[in-house]
Amino acid sequence: MDLVSSQGLRIDGRRPNELRKIRCKLGVFSQPEGSAYLEQGNTKVLAAVYGPHQTKGSRSKAIHDAAIVNCQYSMATFSTNERKRRPRGDLKSTEMTLHLKQAMQASIKTDLYPYSQIDIYLEVLQADGGNYCACVNAATLALIDAGIPLKEYVIACSASLGNGDVPLIDVSHLEETMGGSNLTVAVLPLSGQIAVLEMSQKFHIDHLPVVLNEALNGCRRIYEILDEYVKTHLNEIGTIAGWAKSDF
Amino acid sequence: MLTSKTFLKKTKRGNILKIVREHYLRDDIGCGSRICKKCAIINENAILDDKLSSSISKAYVNPHYLIVDTNVVLHQIDVLEEDVLINVIILQTVLEEVKHRSTSIYKRLNDIINNPNRKFYVFVNEHHKDTYIEREPGETANNRNDRAIRVAAKWYDEHLFENQRNISLKKVIRIVLLTGDTDNKEKATQDGIFAASVEDYIYCLKDSKGIEDKLSKQEISYNEDSKEIFPCHLTPVQIHEGIKTGKLLHGSFQASKENFLEGQVNVEGYEKSILIQGYIELNRAVHGDIVALELLPEEQWSAPSEIVLQDDEVDNEEQIVESEIIKPKTVKEKTPTGKIVGIIRRKWRQYCGILQDNILQNSTRHIFVPAEKTIPKIRIETRQAATLIQQRIIVAIDSWSRYSRYPSGHFVRALGKIGDKETENEVLLLEHDVPHSRFSDKVLSYLPKLPWIISDEKVLNNINMFMNCLKQIAKRTDLRHINVCSVDPPGCTDIDDALHCNLLSNGNYEVGVHIADVSHFIKSGTALDEEAALRATTVYLLDKRIDMVPELLSSNLCSLKANEDRFAFSCIWEVTSHAEIVQINFCKSIIRSRAALTYEEAQLIIDDKKQTTVLAESLRNLNNLAKILKKKRIENGALVLASPEIRFYLDSETHDPIEVQAKQIRETNSMVEEFMLLANISVAEKIYEEFPEYAILRRHPCPPPSNFEPLIKAANYLGFEMDTSSNKNLARSLDAAQKKDNPYFNTILRILATRCMLQAVYFNSGMVTKDDFYHYGLAASIYTHFTSPIRRYADILVHRLLAACINADPTYPELLNKKKMNDICHNLNYRNRMAQYAGRASVALHTHMFFREKVQDEEGYILFVRKNALQILIPKYGLEGTLYLAPVKGGEQYVNFIYNEENHTQSYKEIVFHTFDPVIVQLSLDSSNIQHEKLIFKLVKPYIHNFSVPSVKQDTEKSQSNLNLSASEKRKEGDAFSFKSSSKKKKKMSKQ
Repeated sequence: MDLVSSQGLRIDGRRPNELRKIRCKLGVFSQPEGSAYLEQGNTKVLAAVYGPHQTKGSRSKAIHDAAIVNCQYSMATFSTNERKRRPRGDLKSTEMTLHLKQAMQASIKTDLYPYSQIDIYLEVLQADGGNYCACVNAATLALIDAGIPLKEYVIACSASLGNGDVPLIDVSHLEETMGGSNLTVAVLPLSGQIAVLEMSQKFHIDHLPVVLNEALNGCRRIYEILDEYVKTHLNEIGTIAGWAKSDF
Repeated sequence: MLTSKTFLKKTKRGNILKIVREHYLRDDIGCGSRICKKCAIINENAILDDKLSSSISKAYVNPHYLIVDTNVVLHQIDVLEEDVLINVIILQTVLEEVKHRSTSIYKRLNDIINNPNRKFYVFVNEHHKDTYIEREPGETANNRNDRAIRVAAKWYDEHLFENQRNISLKKVIRIVLLTGDTDNKEKATQDGIFAASVEDYIYCLKDSKGIEDKLSKQEISYNEDSKEIFPCHLTPVQIHEGIKTGKLLHGSFQASKENFLEGQVNVEGYEKSILIQGYIELNRAVHGDIVALELLPEEQWSAPSEIVLQDDEVDNEEQIVESEIIKPKTVKEKTPTGKIVGIIRRKWRQYCGILQDNILQNSTRHIFVPAEKTIPKIRIETRQAATLIQQRIIVAIDSWSRYSRYPSGHFVRALGKIGDKETENEVLLLEHDVPHSRFSDKVLSYLPKLPWIISDEKVLNNINMFMNCLKQIAKRTDLRHINVCSVDPPGCTDIDDALHCNLLSNGNYEVGVHIADVSHFIKSGTALDEEAALRATTVYLLDKRIDMVPELLSSNLCSLKANEDRFAFSCIWEVTSHAEIVQINFCKSIIRSRAALTYEEAQLIIDDKKQTTVLAESLRNLNNLAKILKKKRIENGALVLASPEIRFYLDSETHDPIEVQAKQIRETNSMVEEFMLLANISVAEKIYEEFPEYAILRRHPCPPPSNFEPLIKAANYLGFEMDTSSNKNLARSLDAAQKKDNPYFNTILRILATRCMLQAVYFNSGMVTKDDFYHYGLAASIYTHFTSPIRRYADILVHRLLAACINADPTYPELLNKKKMNDICHNLNYRNRMAQYAGRASVALHTHMFFREKVQDEEGYILFVRKNALQILIPKYGLEGTLYLAPVKGGEQYVNFIYNEENHTQSYKEIVFHTFDPVIVQLSLDSSNIQHEKLIFKLVKPYIHNFSVPSVKQDTEKSQSNLNLSASEKRKEGDAFSFKSSSKKKKKMSKQ
């Protein structure tokens, strides 16, 4: 089956450079400092942020001039087609955790919180491709909700190649399994710095720049959408608090 | 812009899964009509006309667009291919269904869609916000799709109407839905859509001549009481169940070429293929179909009847009597036998053939006889029988009912007059699936512009261009100062290899093989490249060459002509005088060939001791080195095989064959061959070393021991032991088997040995384990094709790989894509095989032409002894044929031969025929069946009363001598050039 039909549509009806529908909500829980719920198509993720607080466990882990970023990634048993118990700490989720940590560290101003720790918990409720991207994006929103100072948003997006030469962005699970190599990139979209770049297989050198560029464009678009949500959210909260109406 | 909608899907994969997928509905899909102002912005390629001639149909006054449903596309693709039908909307629903059901039809449909003149528009109704429908509970997938088609048709009708509010009702563009389903048609009419069956629509066309015949007839009504000939096929569900429980087997059906009531199915897991015998057991399977079969109980097992049987019956429904099924009474070795119970997938395609004479002159029903013997006759309906009876035509099968002895089909197109050489060649090419249309303009646009001159500047420019891609570049080396020459068969215009040899100061030799740099001209990804990849190989017929690349490249820019500067890919070795390689160097180069020699000329130069030019010296050195190389190779276990090869002398004007001769092989043939082998092996090693996963290599698998049985048996009879345990042992025992009184004996043995071999194949080194790389025939642990890029696509790929190895060219994504390369290899193997068959068929065609109106006595040898015939080989013509011992049907039998199955002999009184026995046979051409003219072999010597025929010489000696004279005179006029088809085969690697 072709990933892109001759009429230029993908299997689910998107064009190659179109994202899936993104919906999100900030502040879904009251217990953690910050939380967010994010949907990218059928991929649905919850993120919760605790902290910054004192490092837990042994004191020796604490860093004198920065906060530790602790991530935990897990998938719900019902998140995929087949119900399956997914223990924490298996290879896949450990790897995911490390990559998440790397992306989040790039964005959080950790030097503001010496000897402290920030916990980010991520739970995939429904998986339909691009889990990592959804997690990064959700974590960013949760951090914003928690009021933790960030350098800027960190946004992730995936991209792949359809029919051998058409770059596709925001790859769904079906496209991930049917297509070839997938590229996942997490960037700070304003400065354009890349925090994480990962490929599931090799890309030919001719294709890499094209795909990467398309993925970066995707990140920028996701940034705009999320930023819009954040602004509306703040506006709502502000309206309730009474300060949003005041004219400056 | 996006509206999201999810739909549910359940699939069975052991357990039931619920799959949720997103399905986006869009509002930016255009209707594709030029008339539409609403869609003007989003119509990317509005192709449907706004002004239609309103009166192409007698039934529909309005101008209209057509919408077709899936069944119409699947069954009436031949009609859709007619240029009369334009402005057709293909719905995505239909497109997907077609793709799912038949890849070949999908491809053909795509070809139509891509032709802008046909004005076919694909409407993505499944993602359009107004035309997407969900499957209702209880609705089958089929019904849902039919409904989707109706909804889309309705939408179109309304959508178009909105655009034409102020046009008189009669001129409004409407939609006509063509459907094969009466139920669907009714419902559509209720919805207010014009709907018609294809048949009705075509009959109502004002200009329908010729198309009617192309309509596929799905259902021919048979009387209730007409006799059932075949048992029902099982339903797909039953077949699936049966295969799952192991009750049924499945595999591809191969009809026997010799006996139309016999066939076999290759089933995975069974060593021998399963035999199917008898009309009922074959149950409407056609050659190539994937079938489900049931194994019969062991006591009913049978053996292939060693009888040659043709379907000569005049069509008569009732006359299929059991007697036709001739099962061998004494079964010596039973093979698993089965019967076909269902068809999993039809592999029907279009077939060439002729119409059978019909007794009723005005009847529209005719019987079509395919040229291929494995295909049954086909019933067709046509009104043009009177003209078609003289012609070769193409017919497609539509269906095969239980009540009909033959499948029914429809006429597709006519090829030309029977017996016409052009027509016969066309048939040959079609039968062997050889793409032979002229190169499209798009392909030609990638050719370099003439005049094409290599200047130093150009060389530099090239380098600059490459510089951008890769920093390190191997410069194109200028080798124009070296004395290079090419040696090829006479008349060869696509010279792809040239050689040179210099004596170095240290006593070693520098040997160079220079191959045309085709990959310089054919860049990957261009239409030219795609076309070449599709054609895969140049096909050589006796009087025609079907080029893989356009002629400008094949016979000019790439051809290493004498005294022209040409780009080449050079492979230069330093070898000792014992032909040991000291070092190898590969480079892209420019060469200037000093002479384009024929094998004969080169041989003369070598033999003529007076010639002491540089060229002569280098040829002699090459020849000496080649001899050493050959000796080494044979010591390693390489096989010297033989196949009967002949050469035709054609009349220069009519291209009719004048004389046939077995081919001569000179030392120089083997000289060129050795260096080509050496180059191929060196290149194979190099690219495998650099690209262990992606190298394109060629292997020749070791044949299974059972393949050698006929050879061993035949040799045993004459007291020779064949050791087939390894190629080396086989070569040795072949060499040992010499008979003084029968000098041709050894050659026959080698011919037999050739037939035991498997086909050599291209493969991707990443897909096969290293142990399987072995080339059995050449006894090489690794091998590839590098030396003929003009006529083989594999060589172009190898060139690209090698160029990447030496940093002369960058790689490109497809080259390093295992799956893609594997697909290409499959295509190469398939085309190669077909090209080989086509070449053989061409030789057969010419042999027949040669024997037209000629009767000759020739010496021959018995190759096989069969139950009712002797297989005879005539060395002079390299011809093989059957001498029937049992009389033809209806003939009286005077002489009873006794067949001995143990020893494979036929005997009559004291005369016994063994394998290898020399005989004299009389050859004549039987043209009674115009489709299959065949050579008739009649026995002359040994003489058997009432069976043998008198020698031609005795009664017509005088007239024969006259004939000979005129023939020899003609020969002088006709230029005696041989064609590459046979001569290229001389190079052994092309064969293996």
